[in-house]
Amino acid sequence: MTYILKPQLHHPNLPTNARGFTRRDYEGSVSTLCAGCGHDSISSAIIQAAFELDLPPHQIAKLSGIGCSSKTPDYFMGASHGFNTVHGRMPSVLTGANLANKDLIYLGVSGDGDSASIGLGQFAHAVRRGVNMLYIVENNGVYGLTKGQFSATSDKGSKSKKGVVNHDSGIDLVGMALQLGATYVGRSFSGDKDQLIPLIKAGLAHKGAAFIDVISPCVQFNNHVGSTKSFDYVREHNEAVNRLDMIPARSPIHVDYAPGETVMVTQHDGSVLSLHKLAELYDPSDRGQALGFLGSRQAKGEIVTGLLYVDPEAGDLHDALDTVATPLNELDGAALVPGSKALAAINAGLR
Amino acid sequence: MSVAMNPGTAKASGPVVINDFVVKFANVNGSGSASANGMFAKSILRCGVPVAARNIFPSNIQGLPTWFEVRITEAGHLGRRGGVDLMVAMNPQTWDKDVAEIEPGGFLFYDCTKPLPPSKFRDDITVLGVPLTAMCNERYQLPRERQLFKNIVYLGSLAALLGIDPKVIETILTEQFAGRQKLIDANFEALHMGVSYVHEHLSPIRLQVRKADKVGDRIYVEGNAAAALGAVYGGATVCAWYPITPSTSLAEAFTGYCEDLRTDPDGKARYAIVQAEDEIASIGIVVGAGWNGARAFTCTSGPGISLMTEFIGLSYFAEIPAVIFDVQRGGPSTGMPTRTQQADLIGSAYAGHGDTKHPMLLPADPGECFEFGALAFDLSDRLQTTIFVMLDLDIGMNEWLTKPFAWDDTRQLDRGKVMTHDELEAGADFGRYKDVDGDGIPYRTYPGVHPNKGAYFTRGTSRNPYARYSEEGAIYVDNMQRLLRKFETAKLLIPAPIRRDAKRKTTDGVIYFGSTTPSMLEALDHLEGQGRHLDALRVRGFPFCDEVYDFVAAHERVFVVEQNRDAQLRTLLVNEGEIDPGKLVPVLHYDGTPITARFIAREIGQILALGQTEAAE
Ligand SMILES: Cc1ncc(C[n+]2csc(CCOP(=O)(O)OP(=O)(O)O)c2C)c(N)n1
Ligand code: SF4
Ligand SMILES: [Mg+2]
Repeated sequence: MTYILKPQLHHPNLPTNARGFTRRDYEGSVSTLCAGCGHDSISSAIIQAAFELDLPPHQIAKLSGIGCSSKTPDYFMGASHGFNTVHGRMPSVLTGANLANKDLIYLGVSGDGDSASIGLGQFAHAVRRGVNMLYIVENNGVYGLTKGQFSATSDKGSKSKKGVVNHDSGIDLVGMALQLGATYVGRSFSGDKDQLIPLIKAGLAHKGAAFIDVISPCVQFNNHVGSTKSFDYVREHNEAVNRLDMIPARSPIHVDYAPGETVMVTQHDGSVLSLHKLAELYDPSDRGQALGFLGSRQAKGEIVTGLLYVDPEAGDLHDALDTVATPLNELDGAALVPGSKALAAINAGLR
Repeated sequence: MSVAMNPGTAKASGPVVINDFVVKFANVNGSGSASANGMFAKSILRCGVPVAARNIFPSNIQGLPTWFEVRITEAGHLGRRGGVDLMVAMNPQTWDKDVAEIEPGGFLFYDCTKPLPPSKFRDDITVLGVPLTAMCNERYQLPRERQLFKNIVYLGSLAALLGIDPKVIETILTEQFAGRQKLIDANFEALHMGVSYVHEHLSPIRLQVRKADKVGDRIYVEGNAAAALGAVYGGATVCAWYPITPSTSLAEAFTGYCEDLRTDPDGKARYAIVQAEDEIASIGIVVGAGWNGARAFTCTSGPGISLMTEFIGLSYFAEIPAVIFDVQRGGPSTGMPTRTQQADLIGSAYAGHGDTKHPMLLPADPGECFEFGALAFDLSDRLQTTIFVMLDLDIGMNEWLTKPFAWDDTRQLDRGKVMTHDELEAGADFGRYKDVDGDGIPYRTYPGVHPNKGAYFTRGTSRNPYARYSEEGAIYVDNMQRLLRKFETAKLLIPAPIRRDAKRKTTDGVIYFGSTTPSMLEALDHLEGQGRHLDALRVRGFPFCDEVYDFVAAHERVFVVEQNRDAQLRTLLVNEGEIDPGKLVPVLHYDGTPITARFIAREIGQILALGQTEAAE
């Protein structure tokens, strides 16, 4: 397999965003995934979200683990630094990167095998630490890259392509993220970009640990009858609790819905989340209710999607550690090395 | 107060010994003895007499036996000598073993509150009984007080027996409890209870501490604290760790030093410390921070290195700076978790799957732990790879007398080859894995450096010099060869070995490293006294510099002294230098206790003697 460089021909009439970037500027190299793979749609949604948010691409750091899903950061935002780490360990690497420079935007991309199987511990701990990031799991219920074994998010009773029935309970990463203290939790479907793009935009703007579980069918190994992660199954069982519009900070606010059906949430950075209720009584600011709602709907085989929880006032790991405003990787010798005088005092105390 | 009889009083006499003997304390873990024992060692230092003190402790919090061994050594031999001249036997559980360990003619100090049958003693030692329990029960009401002050009472008694001025201990107590006058008074009282008892019922023994001027400006500090301070001076800002003996106190010391030295007036931290969920996450955080241009480290011991291995391979292949302090303990597996060994050399040098090699620094004392602790960060940035700093439990968790820490204020942090925004802007050709300078070290950029230049995709997968994914055989081989060139460059940056030539020309040499050093130097003196001459070389890092191979080439036979079973340093020498293994004679000590001068001198002495008899035949 060799690397394919995408021709960088700029169409003069391509629309630009407020920073003068076209959508092309947020693309990466050509995807090598299977045609029709859900993951490619997610990459496309990420590109669109970053374009619409006017993000400077180089201010984004994209990190992933190993898997088909984890390959995707190479296929978007070619002007950003990216890091394809080791299987299941993206969360720790992202944590370290974030500690080094709090000023970049951290996007973690992972798979269900990467995050729910080998990397479950790292997923849990990065979330509970409140690392400022958007963590996306491209969830297809299988290990795509190793050719179709069940992953830990496969539902109990779900059938593999070869007809084997999964007898283990599936792990619900959304439920876990809620319990672990994630301050922004959503679920979406790779086939629903209208829902997914605003969720990604608001997640990128969120301060704190933001998590989105995106059901992303694997057309190669998990798109058959009997799978609960196939396009058909997800379309039939998708129950969206709300529709999100994300209005970036300092943008004019237009709301199309009638008041009363819509909740407005202002995040830390000034961005406004306009949430149009689809499920009556669903309150995305109530963590406990979210868990209960998910549990009861999942028991009926429904896939609950939308913005499931948000705490707009959340802090992050840097707040907890009370680090200086300057990114740690910019501190120079004068700020870091205490010098010979301090050392003399330390020596004196050791005699 | 009743005074028990000293049964074994067949007073073994001997010459008066000044400033050259070994005192060993046998205690119960959690009894509060550690602080009193520490003050004992410090009081001798304050008399200007060097000490070498070592904790021998179990993997337990309370109840199991612990020992504290203090070698009083005006000559400055800081290794373990072996043997005990005065046993302070405070633990009934280990009594028999402790009594048996005393050198003939030595002394046994014990709590004689309860009489013991004569069979519990030996005829060839002097027994010194002080009714510590009776004295403390009479004076104190609370059980905790009775327990804690017992330690201070025996400290007073020992001072009187060994001729240590109690004023010296008073000063230390005053420093320790600074400002808490009540505590100071109470401790003074307990101290003098012990002193007075000896004055009234016993007399000073023939082991004496006499004021000298042999400590100089040296400091007394644990290697872990020194290494942590080195990390502060080396500019480390991110530390991620997972508790494991004997490395835990390194992270704790780093935390303490950062709080003192790296906190802004408004309380903001110029550092970030994360206690991770395991060692995999610890090294993951370090690699992430290193990738993003912060200096980062973790500290661990053997089991942690095992878990980190996949990431160490990533750091090697994707060329990301990382520093790992490995405070080695007895392996394999959980092995002897509170005992010392130098048994992670091979595991660290070649950690990772596929062809990997990593530089290691091998400090010999806390002074070098500081120096190498700081140096490791320059090297990891310069070489863009993991640097190991290999301590062991003996250096890490014991206070050693060591040269004072020194820092040159003109020294700059060496951030290595980092391409800047302006260089990119000026049109510099950036190939992340291109060997521009011929030293195997490529240039890197920090994420976010430039709006449209210098970004690249980091991966553990094969790629071309411009960081583009490639499985072309020739491109892969090229890159692996460059990594070897980089390892050659590392040789030039690793601290050079330290050589000590014999007084007479000899064809025998010895190579050693790390915590073996003080015992080795003492053994060399001893062997020299017997007319046995060896040139000695202390290795201070890996890959080995040319001086190491030259040394081996210049001798017919070279002993390699180390603290592991499999002669790991010797294996590295043979493997990396293609040295004839027959030339390198292993001298191995790996029972978990620090190697002694007696052991080395005996082992080498025997082999040398064998050679002489063979020659005579
Ligand atoms: C330590 C380790 N074990 C196993 C593998 C093999 N492996 C590569 S990808 C993968 C599973 C990926 O599954 P998932 O994260 O769901 O990604 P998908 O391909 O389905 O998008 C496995 C087991 C590996 N790379 N590293
Ligand atoms: S195997 Fe599945 S997950 Fe992988 S690229 Fe193909 S469709 Fe996508
Ligand atoms: Mg998957």
